[in-house]
Amino acid sequence: MDVTIRPLGERALLCEVDSLQQVAALHALMEQADLPGVSELVPAARTLMLRVSKPAVLQGLGVHITNLASHLDETAELGQEAGEQVEVKVRYDGEDLDDVAKHTGLSTREVIAAHTETTWTVGFFGFAPGFAYLVGGDSRLVVPRRDEPRTKVPPGAVALAGEFSAVYPRTSPGGWQLIGTTNETMWDTDREAPALLSPGATVRFVKARR
Amino acid sequence: MSSIEVIAPGPLALLQDSGRPGYAAVGVGLSGAVDRGAYELGARMVAHSEGLAAIEITFGGFAATVKGAAIVAFTGADAEISVNGHRRPHNAVLQLDDGDVIRVGQPARGLRTYFTVRGGFDVPAVLGSRSTDTLAGLGPAQVRAGDVLPIGEFEGKFPNVDAVASAVPATGTVELTLLPGPRTEWFSDQSGISGKTWSVSSRSNRVGVRLEGDSLTRDPAYQDQELPSEAMVRGCVQVPPSGQPIIFLNDHPVTGGYPVIGVLTEADVDRAAQLQPGQAVRFR
Repeated sequence: MDVTIRPLGERALLCEVDSLQQVAALHALMEQADLPGVSELVPAARTLMLRVSKPAVLQGLGVHITNLASHLDETAELGQEAGEQVEVKVRYDGEDLDDVAKHTGLSTREVIAAHTETTWTVGFFGFAPGFAYLVGGDSRLVVPRRDEPRTKVPPGAVALAGEFSAVYPRTSPGGWQLIGTTNETMWDTDREAPALLSPGATVRFVKARR
Repeated sequence: MSSIEVIAPGPLALLQDSGRPGYAAVGVGLSGAVDRGAYELGARMVAHSEGLAAIEITFGGFAATVKGAAIVAFTGADAEISVNGHRRPHNAVLQLDDGDVIRVGQPARGLRTYFTVRGGFDVPAVLGSRSTDTLAGLGPAQVRAGDVLPIGEFEGKFPNVDAVASAVPATGTVELTLLPGPRTEWFSDQSGISGKTWSVSSRSNRVGVRLEGDSLTRDPAYQDQELPSEAMVRGCVQVPPSGQPIIFLNDHPVTGGYPVIGVLTEADVDRAAQLQPGQAVRFR
């Protein structure tokens, strides 16, 4: 795998690759390598950020990473390393479920089937604490954001936008299409791991019986 | 246990410590004192461990009554400090008694004054930190009039300095050192950034220092390119489509979708955090 190293100040660098799958593979590799002085790994859509404990750690780090990654199989499957599996029960009662059906040309029943029948993977976090961008879903579920974002989306709202699905962790504004609701607590700062999901984890949505 | 009772918070007073590292991968930013050097100096002066909470006072206007005894120091922006109406020095260790009233005036130089008490302000921590993250809405609430903030117990040797000489925030045009960033080549005038002067916008906050002035233009090769979201750090100079750069401070979004032309040195992020609205900025 080819990695482009980009500078990011005195205590970080960005590793850029071609796809989210490669980000996940590189993330798993870096976790495994556990390089001394690397204090934090932050995956995003095409990049993995490495934060280091002191500036001197950056010396030669980029070359080391590109060497390690050159031995990595390009076809590494997204999420195969992490393996944590989470089941999320959803009531498919979202206000935008009909709109999503219209956008996709599917019936609401088919939307629900498409959302529950594929395994999603946590690509990265962003937007808000605990907000995980889930990828790898059914390609028929690609929908645009709403024209008018909502000023208030409740926690537990299950949503779609672009190629992603997500569960809103806390009350926040939001422009994604809401298709359902879950009772799972996605974010709790009193929990040892505040986010229910972690990068690389896989998610199966399950239709809840009412 | 000693405490302070807040009479007036001023425009913005927030509890801050050394921040909340280690949670960026789940969407939580660093937060913490934006002028880290001034915060750390305060901790050293009262001789307690780093990581305890101080109050970050933005543009003065703060007043409080001490309940019990307290050892305190004011660092950062050089606002006028008074105790019971008598002027007291900045960057100095002050011993306060029960009922003393402290007031922090508007700073002539700099923006943020740090009010450190020995033992720190003992409010509940969230994810290991007593910092208020204004973007994510995590940590203690904004400090308000009437708040009683308990002071933590701290055993350990007593301060052995009375006062220190410390660089005060600069007035006039400030030059900040910009290291090349992940997306420097996206901009046609990569060298030109150092020739331009910007003014600090009044819309600046703990998320970022917004600059106004000449627009930075994209290189034609990157004109219509969209950047997939990538991780940001404190000190990133992000350029949104308007071309007006933003220097990210501690409450910056964890990831962002606009290109970063460069990243400030850590020492110069502290200096950026002390810029007053309207002040002129250049990069070198």
